[in-house]
Amino acid sequence: MQSSIRLERDPAVQYLLRIGDTCLILGQRLAEWCGHAPILEEDIALTNMALDLVGQARALLTHAGRIEGQGHDEDHLAFLRDERDYFNVTMVELPRGDFAFTVLRNVMVATLLKLLWERLADSSDAELAAIAGKAVKEARYHQQHAADWVVRLGDGTAESRRRTESALKQLWLYTAEWFESDPVDEQAQANGLGPRWADLREPWQAEMAAILDDATLATPADSAFRSTGKSGLHSEHMGFILTTMQHLQRSFPGGVW
Amino acid sequence: MSTAICDDSSATELAGRIQAAWGVLNTVLDPEVPALSVRDLGIVRDVLPDGEGLEIVLTPTYSGCPATEVIEHDVLAAIEHAGLGPAKVTLRRAPAWTTDWISAEGKRKLFEYGIAPPGPVLAGGVVPIRFIQRQQPTERLTCPQCGSRQTERLSAFGSTACKSLYRCMACKEPFEHFKPI
Repeated sequence: MQSSIRLERDPAVQYLLRIGDTCLILGQRLAEWCGHAPILEEDIALTNMALDLVGQARALLTHAGRIEGQGHDEDHLAFLRDERDYFNVTMVELPRGDFAFTVLRNVMVATLLKLLWERLADSSDAELAAIAGKAVKEARYHQQHAADWVVRLGDGTAESRRRTESALKQLWLYTAEWFESDPVDEQAQANGLGPRWADLREPWQAEMAAILDDATLATPADSAFRSTGKSGLHSEHMGFILTTMQHLQRSFPGGVW
Repeated sequence: MSTAICDDSSATELAGRIQAAWGVLNTVLDPEVPALSVRDLGIVRDVLPDGEGLEIVLTPTYSGCPATEVIEHDVLAAIEHAGLGPAKVTLRRAPAWTTDWISAEGKRKLFEYGIAPPGPVLAGGVVPIRFIQRQQPTERLTCPQCGSRQTERLSAFGSTACKSLYRCMACKEPFEHFKPI
């Protein structure tokens, strides 16, 4: 049994892992659709996007490991951390739900990541800027593809609309966390590493409003609920997904294909 | 004087090795689309001297493309097999790879292989959010099987991250399209 690594809680490392872990965990959730999507084309689409997200996570985790300076590589960081050392937003760890839930979550997260990558392309950290320059192209078509589906389902049959509205009501609660500032964010902004996520709130809401409007769905009201994944405090679902992800490396340390 | 001659000849030798390496890279094929060499694909950014050996600089295509590691391995093996000294591969992520870097020759090979090549990427690489149009199609590709333009998209995603799936209404055959990115 492989024991856990201890992560140095450096603000820059945490800033990078918020993005990298969000990509990693959403990639894992989307991979769960392999063989289960409603049509073959979507099975391929969801797993293709999962692959992009895992690729982006690999680049970010590798970079975060270098900055942390404890000799941790992408695999150490992906498979050997304890739950509270993951900093993904809570939304991506929620179980995959139905297809409406999946495509709606995808458009929300892709819109966030696209806005982030666009700004990170100007990061003072050249490696991060290079990763962002590639990833932004991928986030754009992720957003476009998911938005197409949200419009189709929202402005679709009574059943597709009911499911999309239900997903929207549930998922919207988990967006508030994204735009709360904290010292990690402030420091990233101050030293030019990346934007404060709080500054993405307005453009994110504008893009989402346009998509929801086309889908004939109403933007939900804000709520007082706050999830806390970005700080490492996760929902009850996180432990289960990590168990699935980490099982092989924990049981067979260093195992390779 | 003798030093200068020696420098000249070693410089010539190095230039020759670099030129030979570019030639070798013409024979290293993309494992996913074996009609194209890594040079046709536009991912070889540079060949640089590295001590007694060579450094090959590659730009990966997609963040999650599983072929990247296979390509690195194949490039190293080909350079070393050609006796051009120990090789190392470094990845250069910026500027990001674009399908505009696929050579004209590469696009022709794609078409002949049965994959509709990518058109030019829009200015600034910006893809506006484009909702599915209820009544098809926005772009007409030429079928690589029969040459008809009566084609339509079946799926935005295909067998690999870089491709989408189309069909031809004239010859009834499906075909793949290398997406512009």
